[in-house]
Amino acid sequence: MTAQTKITPSFDAEKARADFAILSRQVYGKPLAYLDSGASAQKPRIVLDTMRDFAQTEYANVHRGVHFLSAAATDRYEAARRTVQKFLNAARENEIVFTKGGTEAINLVSYSYLAPRIQPGDEIVLTVMEHHSNIVPWHFLRERSGAVLRWVDVRDDGSLDIEALNAAITPKTRLVAVTHMSNVLGTVTPLQEIVAHAHAKGVPVLADGCQGAVHEIVDVQALDIDFYCLTGHKLYGPTGIGALYAKRAHLKAMRPFQGGGEMIREVARDRITYADPPARFEAGTPPIIESVGLATALDYLSAFDRKAVAAHEHDLLAYAREQVGQFNWLRVIGDAPGKGAILSFEAEGMHAHDLATILDREGVAVRAGHHCAQPLMERFGVTSTSRASFALYNTRADVDALIAGLHKARGILV
Amino acid sequence: MDNALRELYQEVILDHSRHPRHNGVLADASHRAEGYNPLCGDRVTVYLKLDADGRVADIKFQGKGCAISQASASMMTDLLKGRGQADAERLMTGFLHLVKGEEPVGLSEDDRETLDVMGGISEFPMRVKCATLAWHTYRNAVEEGKNAVEEGAT
Repeated sequence: MTAQTKITPSFDAEKARADFAILSRQVYGKPLAYLDSGASAQKPRIVLDTMRDFAQTEYANVHRGVHFLSAAATDRYEAARRTVQKFLNAARENEIVFTKGGTEAINLVSYSYLAPRIQPGDEIVLTVMEHHSNIVPWHFLRERSGAVLRWVDVRDDGSLDIEALNAAITPKTRLVAVTHMSNVLGTVTPLQEIVAHAHAKGVPVLADGCQGAVHEIVDVQALDIDFYCLTGHKLYGPTGIGALYAKRAHLKAMRPFQGGGEMIREVARDRITYADPPARFEAGTPPIIESVGLATALDYLSAFDRKAVAAHEHDLLAYAREQVGQFNWLRVIGDAPGKGAILSFEAEGMHAHDLATILDREGVAVRAGHHCAQPLMERFGVTSTSRASFALYNTRADVDALIAGLHKARGILV
Repeated sequence: MDNALRELYQEVILDHSRHPRHNGVLADASHRAEGYNPLCGDRVTVYLKLDADGRVADIKFQGKGCAISQASASMMTDLLKGRGQADAERLMTGFLHLVKGEEPVGLSEDDRETLDVMGGISEFPMRVKCATLAWHTYRNAVEEGKNAVEEGAT
């Protein structure tokens, strides 16, 4: 293999890279190799420009005023909802609830959908590779309502044990909550199969799509999934906004989450009625400018041939995997077939934080730690790993910088 | 290598992290505390045997962590052994100032010389918590660790 980035006919990473101003900066006098998009992706210029332009020309609060700007801002906010709808191929725009991120989307389902339905002893099925955001809200139901968490293991290569998952779904199961793509292992879960198993037993499925929505093409109708959560900032959009897709029937049956303005129909001194979804779940002034930013980011991403983007990311992963595979002092954690572009590893004699510090000084940004996935760390017998995560703007030069940095760190620490 | 890195990972530090002193369980500890860094998942347990005057008659630590946290814990046990509480407190305060890049007032010349190798950490603010974990755990052991040992014994 050569260090030159492969250019697929329909996706030019070098060209896309130019859309991200921050990637041309240096850190400590070294070119930046940003390999931490799994934590948060950088934003293309058009997202930042569009947010500023909107704020400077059409901004006001939404759904409130009758004045010109309020109408304009409301149009943009609702248009953003339709963009998310289209991105996930949801049947209706009112199946999209804006949240402040993936975490809030999952908490919303926990609080508004599941909590009223949970009896002591009822079960929630999770996998050991969930991010804490898809664990802690269910722990709340364990603590408060006596729910039982049923954990499904992954195989040694990090792939999901689908038979174990199927076996974990019992008449007591009230929800299967599973990641679409592991933020540590990169494992992509077979959502279609999971939904089929769960629905055969009358159990709804929630997917944490914070990573999955970035790297996979999501069709919530084809998946027939009940809940799908995403966050804007990993999708090349701004922080402070995410979305929940939920089937209309579920949303209509869900009690309100937070109380405040915008989510009511009528408030009197002794009674209250609530707005229809999605407004019922969007109390208070929403992230308006961020919604416009998210829509722009989704349009930006969707304008590429996404299969070609995925092929590019997989090429980077394969290029990195092949090289680290030759190091007998490095153990890759997560080698599931068809996995997404995330490379987690443990290096002999080098703690992840020391390694990350040395890589950082070489301009290479990786994540070190437990990645908010401590049950998974326990499963693989580690307290932390180093993680390189790839995005559409990464190139083979970034991988080369990582590999050179690994050698350097070994020279210092071992 | 860049200077800040060379400063951080100098041989003394790496030696302490590879061959930590006073590493292990202190069977007859009078005080014990566990420290945890939620950022990285690193853990350390500090065992103390304080005599009637509060002097550190013996000290050990056990844990897993990065080179900085291990080296810091190792150096700490070396430095604290045999000290009275007031002296230990002065050392700790000086150390905490040092790793934050502040003037380590109150440190004796000898201590300052010994701890100087940890000064490089101040260039790495994200890593200061690694260096202070064992020290905060030591303080917890002194302040609240007697109960931990008694609970553990029953």
